[in-house]
Parts: sequence; structure tokens; C-alpha cells
Amino acid sequence: MTRKVKLPGFVFTAMFFGYAFLYSPIVSLVIYSFNSSKLVTVWGGFSTKWYVELFHNDALINAAWQSLKVASLSATCAVILGTLASVALVRFGNFFGRSLMQGVLTAPLVMPEVLLGLTMLMLFVSMDQLIGWPDARGLLTISIAHITFAVAYVVVIVQSRLKTVDRSLEEAALDLGARPAKVFFVITLPLIAPALLSGWLLAFTLSLDDLVIASFTSGPGSTTLPMVVFSSVRLGVNPQINALASILLLVVVICVVLVGKAVKSGERKN
Amino acid sequence: MMLRFSQIQNRMGRLLVLLIPYLWMLVFFLLPFLILVRISFSETRIGLPPYTEVFEWLGGLAFEIKGSLVNYHFLFSDNLYLAAYANSIKIAAISTLICLIIGYPMALGISRVKGQVRTFLLMLVILPFWTSFLIRVYAWIGLLKNEGLINHVLQWVGLIDHPLPLLHSTFAVYLGISYSYLPFMVLPLYATLEKMDPALLEAAADLGAKPMQAFLRVTLPQSLPGIIAGSMLVFIPSIGEFVIPDLLGGTDTLMIGKVLWNEFFLNRDWPLASSVAVIMLIILVVPLVWWQRHQQKLEDQSQ
Amino acid sequence: MTVLRSANHFQEPWTSPDEDPFIRIENITKTYDGEVAVNDVSLEIYKNELFSLLGSSGCGKTTLLRMIAGFEKPNNGRIIIDGVDMTNVPPFERPVNMVFQSYALFPHMNVEQNVAFGLKQEGLAKSEVADRVATMLKRVELESFAKRKPHQMSGGQRQRVALARALVKLPKVLLLDEPLAALDKKLRERTQFELVNLQELMGITFIMVTHDQEEAMTMSGRIGVMNGGMLQQVGTPSQIYEFPASRFIADFIGTANMFEGVLQHETEDGVFIHCPELGHDIVVTRRGAAENGAPVNVMIRPEKMRINLEGDPSQGMNNLKGVVKDIGYLGDMSIYHVLLTNGRTVQASQLNFQHTQERKITWEDEVVVSWHADNAVVLVQ
Repeated sequence: MTRKVKLPGFVFTAMFFGYAFLYSPIVSLVIYSFNSSKLVTVWGGFSTKWYVELFHNDALINAAWQSLKVASLSATCAVILGTLASVALVRFGNFFGRSLMQGVLTAPLVMPEVLLGLTMLMLFVSMDQLIGWPDARGLLTISIAHITFAVAYVVVIVQSRLKTVDRSLEEAALDLGARPAKVFFVITLPLIAPALLSGWLLAFTLSLDDLVIASFTSGPGSTTLPMVVFSSVRLGVNPQINALASILLLVVVICVVLVGKAVKSGERKN
Repeated sequence: MMLRFSQIQNRMGRLLVLLIPYLWMLVFFLLPFLILVRISFSETRIGLPPYTEVFEWLGGLAFEIKGSLVNYHFLFSDNLYLAAYANSIKIAAISTLICLIIGYPMALGISRVKGQVRTFLLMLVILPFWTSFLIRVYAWIGLLKNEGLINHVLQWVGLIDHPLPLLHSTFAVYLGISYSYLPFMVLPLYATLEKMDPALLEAAADLGAKPMQAFLRVTLPQSLPGIIAGSMLVFIPSIGEFVIPDLLGGTDTLMIGKVLWNEFFLNRDWPLASSVAVIMLIILVVPLVWWQRHQQKLEDQSQ
Repeated sequence: MTVLRSANHFQEPWTSPDEDPFIRIENITKTYDGEVAVNDVSLEIYKNELFSLLGSSGCGKTTLLRMIAGFEKPNNGRIIIDGVDMTNVPPFERPVNMVFQSYALFPHMNVEQNVAFGLKQEGLAKSEVADRVATMLKRVELESFAKRKPHQMSGGQRQRVALARALVKLPKVLLLDEPLAALDKKLRERTQFELVNLQELMGITFIMVTHDQEEAMTMSGRIGVMNGGMLQQVGTPSQIYEFPASRFIADFIGTANMFEGVLQHETEDGVFIHCPELGHDIVVTRRGAAENGAPVNVMIRPEKMRINLEGDPSQGMNNLKGVVKDIGYLGDMSIYHVLLTNGRTVQASQLNFQHTQERKITWEDEVVVSWHADNAVVLVQ
């Protein structure tokens, strides 16, 4: 059915301004990253010198590297934990403590980051006193904190996908003689793979982007990219950050397009 | 009844699947909040950790509770904190409203177009979500500051003589929060509007409703779950927002997230920061619990 | 109704006392949150039977099937297959396979991989798996579709893949959950034949769940009719149709004209039932389980009712006057709705021997409906 729907003029105008609102800051950011003037808002001619400088900024490169490590570790763990949790929530019926589990898996979605960060730090300090671990805060503690709040996002994505997987597919596999664990790996997992991929990317992005929680849970020597960006931005506009933003944006667009295509072709196959 | 080996295996497997994420969330999410509450009753001291013990072990099973209410007393006696809480709620509420006003037509528009265009428009909403939040907030500095783009344009057009003090103002905070949280409003709204049967509007028109009436009497009530979900997703996290008031707000923009940050990082007063957090948590729990109940009710209805 | 089974296959093991049942379902009860889905069902099914569980939705037939498959655990009772207690055996260890209503074909595997899945779980050699899959695909005429994905196939083809996937494991029992419900009418009728042929050819016991009485009647050796979680009657299609055990069965299978009355006495002329609503007695030949003085229902199928312009004296008392109010023309036959003088409406169906123009009974005609005493069934209330 291809009924042509006409949008009311008002809705169309409002939509236009909505998108303009969303994108004008981002576009201006990219444009000024090619500005040769240090005064970011005064156009001084086209230049790529900020990109060159960016790649010579060792502190920033080092922090980016740390961030990538934390992000890939926490995304992977979050996907594993989130998938297990989703399976329990969707497939195990009404077990004891189900609503508490649903609660602790939903709350991080809306919990302000300052709260998550502060409580995490308190936990690490108390644990250190009680059992002597973790004796120092660093990439590991940041990762644990990131896993904890990213699991919630993974659960949202995987859970909704899992709900659409026909239960009788799993039953058919059981019926044909496959054990529950095998059914999960051979039937369920391939069917929810697109959701796992989206979940991983989301967890990765969230971790890569997080300033507040990382600030609370990091220790000396473990400075992540957002922390470097934040301390630089606090002092005012910095063209290098514009260049960094543009690069990140490009990577994100490429990823989103690629993943979008992969997910789409995966769905077509299924 | 005898249990077969495969059944035992099966039960162990299920238990493991359940317990691993469950325990993780209990230890790393729920437990920290209990610790937070405990520390909020302690007093600050110089040393490591920078707070006094609340429970003192006296041997055997005896504990002495040495908690003090000094932090809470301080919170409620100093106007700064109460004002910060009230202001945070106000800023979050107004920003939520702005998001709703901007986001609703967007969601409505997306839900009314079809095919490729819809996918593209939807992706444009999601895309900023994937880009760095910090950098998106930073982008506004370049636009808002005295020598920024907006002031330049306004001066060039001749609307103003002197640059407006846009940056470091409460206005900038409203702008920043609405901007950053807009996708969280649009997506749930879109999800409910998209599910709506277009025949409902045709039926309303057939029964004589004008487009505006049809919108107010049919579309709007139908999208209420989306409005609530979107508002919660914007309102709750923005109460505790730190980055936006810190980068865009002025010295007079009091927000509790920033107060907490400063208590912790500048004043190094962990117990006071904890009690600030505990009160913030209490403020958040009310809408959270209400929302959870509401969703449960919706789920029960749909079954 | 047509019976698809060939005559030589029509042994009736349930009538022989020497025959041991292949599947014994003993006092099975299943409740969900206090609601009883299956209520104390006991049933014996014999080897090579094609047995149908018939009932409307929510009657517990699917739950019973799922308990035989092992997806649900009964709260009470036992399920024994081929002498082995299966009650606590998980589905992946039962010698039972199932054809799902949705077919449940694995969307990420092609036809060959789908059919091979079950054999691979048994750890068979690759060559044997390939051989058996190929043979099975040939049997369901899908050998040229081996590399297709399920979504590239029609509903009928998918149904055959589901069948092949379950049958290739040579289960002791094949369970079919509404296997034909997703097919259109023409295809469904053809597939009924194919299913029965396949069952006879492979000699596997089939248990089928269906809500379609015609399907159950045409295909099955025996039918178990379920209602409200209980097994109401088990019997051959003709037993269930001609001699329903209760008013529910009589109404559920086919159409029934029902008169309420009280059984009076039995003489050489038959059993007399006083029927206040008709103002006179009805005569029947069999009294069923009813005793003298018992309130009963007398059931007469529409096709067993004659409809004439004049009374038929040979039917004795079983003559009722009325007016034709409606004629349902079905092509091969017509159904006459006759309003009796007492205000009740009965249905009588007649085969259309002649062309329409020549038929003599039409709307508003005063007619007499009659039936032979032998064709009425007495049901205890």
C-alpha cells in the first residue's frame, strides 16, 4: 500500500527546525575544524593544520588509546552480561526476584551520571578497605563502572529482539534433540546477532563518550579521552577539539551506515 | 522424584544464566547505593578513606553505630543546597517541556512518512546519540560565546549593537539540555505514534472531526505513553546533569549535579557529597517508581 | 465424509484385548496459575495409529500435545511411550518429534540444513546424515529445493520441510500441531491425503491436534474430543458422529436437532420418550444408558430427517408439522430450516437430486419432517 501522506505545513516546518536544531552545532563544528584561524569563529581560510596538530598531541592520543581499551573491554563484557540477563528476563518466566532484576537493569538508563560515578567510587573504596581490592583505581575500575551502566542499554536492545524470536524455533531445536545450551548457540544466538552487534556498538560508544563516571572511578595515570577533552574545553574553544570531533563524527557515520546495511541484509536473510 | 542428569545440568545452566548478570548488578549497582547511604552518615576527616566509620566493630556481634546527621543538618540549613535542588527540578522540567514541543512534531512527521525517507529521518535523530555528548555540548560554546556565530550573525544583520551574553547563562543550560536530550524524547514518541493505526484518524475524519480535533482527541491521547516515557528519559537524568551546567551555565546557574561534583572534587568532602547524592536519589526515586508502576500497568493491559 | 484410510490398514487395535497400547497417558493434569488447562486425562494410543485431538481453542489439546513432546511438565500423572516413562524426560531426549503450527523452520538455515539438524544432534556420520536427508527430501518431493531458505518457499512447501525435518529422525511418535491450519482450503485437502499416505508408508504413530472437525474426521483412525481440559469422548469418526456420548459432542461435531424429554418405557415398538415441547412422544430404538424416568435429549442429525409435503405414516410418531422458513443452498445439498408449530426450528438437509426448478419444496410451504426411530440418539442429560 503506497498511500501518499501529506504532512500538514506546520508539522513540516517544525520538523525542519527540529533537524536544524539538531545539526547546526555539529555542522558548524566540522566547518570550523578547517579554519586556519585560532579564533574558532572568525574564518581565516581553509586549513588542515589542526588535524596535523591533533596527531602530534601525545596526551590526547594516549588518552584516546586508553579509552579504546576501556570501551572495547566494557562493551564486550556488557554484551555478554546483557545477553544472559535478557535470556533470563524473556525466557525464564516469572522467577523469584524478576522485578528487582528488571529494576536494577532499567535504573541505570535514567540514573544521573554523577550518582553512578559517586556510588561506584564509594564501592571501590569500601571494597579496598574490606578485601584489599581494587588497591588502585584505573582502567579496570573504569571498565567495571562502564560495564554496569552499559549492560542496561544492551538489555533494552537484546531483550526487544529476543521477544521477536519465535519461541517455537527453540522448542523445535530441543525437540530435534539439541540440548538447551546448544539450542542457544546454534539457534537463538544467530537470530539475535544483529541486536548483539548494535548493543556492542552502543556500549562501546557510551564508554568512549563518558566523562563523569570515568572521572570518579579513574586513578592517577588513567586519563580517558573525554577527560582530556573536558579539561581542554573548559578553558575555551580549541580548534584541535573541532578536528577531533569531526574525525569521531566521520567514524560514527561510517559505522552507522555499515551496521545499518549489515543489519538490514541480515534481516532480509531471516 | 528422581532427577535425571540432563535435568540437573539444565537447571544448573539456567541458574548460571540468571545469577551471573544478577549478581553483577547487585554488587556493582545496588550495593554501591547502600554504601553511599552509609557514608552519608559519616563525618569527613583527613586521611584515607576521607570519612569516619559509621559502624564500629566492638568484637563478637556487637557494633556501635557512630553515624551522624551532621551532613543532612548542614544540607537543610544552608540555602545553597535547597535552592540547587529546586533549581535543578525547575531546569529539568522546563527543558523537558522544550524537548516535547520540539520533539513531538518531529516524531509525528517521521511516523507519517513511509519507506526510505522514514528510515533516513529516523537515522538522523539517532545519529547525534552516537556522537560524543561532550563534543555536542562543546559545539554550543562556539555558537553562543560573545565572539560566537550567533552574536556575529545578529550584529551583522544589525539587530543588536553589543554581543548578547548568551554563554554562561541559564538560557544556555536550557538550550544545552534540550539539545542533548532531544533524541530521547523523539524516539519513544515515534515508537508510540508509529504503532497507531492510521485507520483511527480516517475514522475520526469520517465521523466529522477536523484535523486539529482529530489530533487532540485521537492522536494525542494515544501517544500519551510515549510522552510519559520520553519525558522521563529527559527529566530524570537532566536533574543530575553536570557537564551542561558546567560548560554552558553561569555562576548563578545552580544545579545539584554541579554542586555534588564540586563538593567531591574541589572540597573533597565525601560524606557531604554522599548526602547530597542521597537526597538527589530520593527526589529521583519518586518519578522512577511511578513510571515503573505505570509501565507495569500498561504491560498488564496489553496482555 | 470421506475416509482416507485404505481398507487393509483398517485394523482396529483398540478393539483387541491382546494389543498393548503404544502410548499411555495416565491421569494427566496441568494447571497454570491455578487454572486447569488439562484435567485428569487418560488416553491410550496404539502403534501406527493416526490419532486426532479435536477441540476448540483453549480446550487443552495443544497443552496435552506439548506435554507429550516434553515442553510442559504435567502437575500430575504419567506419560509412557513404548513402555518407558517419559514424564520427566526433557524434550531433547524423547523419541518424539513435532511439526509446529508455525512450522518453526530455522530461518538462518536452508532446507537441507533444517532437515539435517535433528540427525546431527544424534552424532551420526556425515554421509549417513546426507543420505537420509536426501531420501527424506525426495519423499516429500523437495529434492530440488535443498538449498533454498525457508522464506523463499511457499506455505505448502514449508509445511513439507517441517514434516521432513521431524520424520527424518524416525520418531516413535510424530506430533502435529494444527499442521494444515496455515494452508488454504484446496491445498489443505490435498495435503490431508499426502499426510495420511506418508503415515501409512512410514508406519509411524501420528498424534495430531486440530480444531477442524472435517480434517479430524477425514484423516484419523480415532479422534479424542476435548473440552474444558477434559477428554469428552474417544472413538472412530463414525462412532463420534453417529453415537456422540454427550450433548456437547453432538453439538460440536456436525449439526444436531435436539429435543428434551423424559424416557417413559420400552415396548416392542421401541423406546418411548415423552417430549412436552412437542406435546407427544418420540419413539427411538436404542435407549443408550438412560433409565426409565430419566430426563434425556433426543438428537437427530439433519441429513437423517426427511422433509415432505405430506406426512410419512411409516415413521409413526416421529412426524412433525412445520413451515419452511429458510433454505440454505450448498450446491450438492440444501438445508431447510423448518419452523415447527411449537415455535422451535429444526434443520433438515436433502441431497439435490434434481435441478432447482423441479424441486417441489420452497419457502413458506407447509411440510412434515420425519425420521426413522433408528436414527435418533438418546443422550442422558
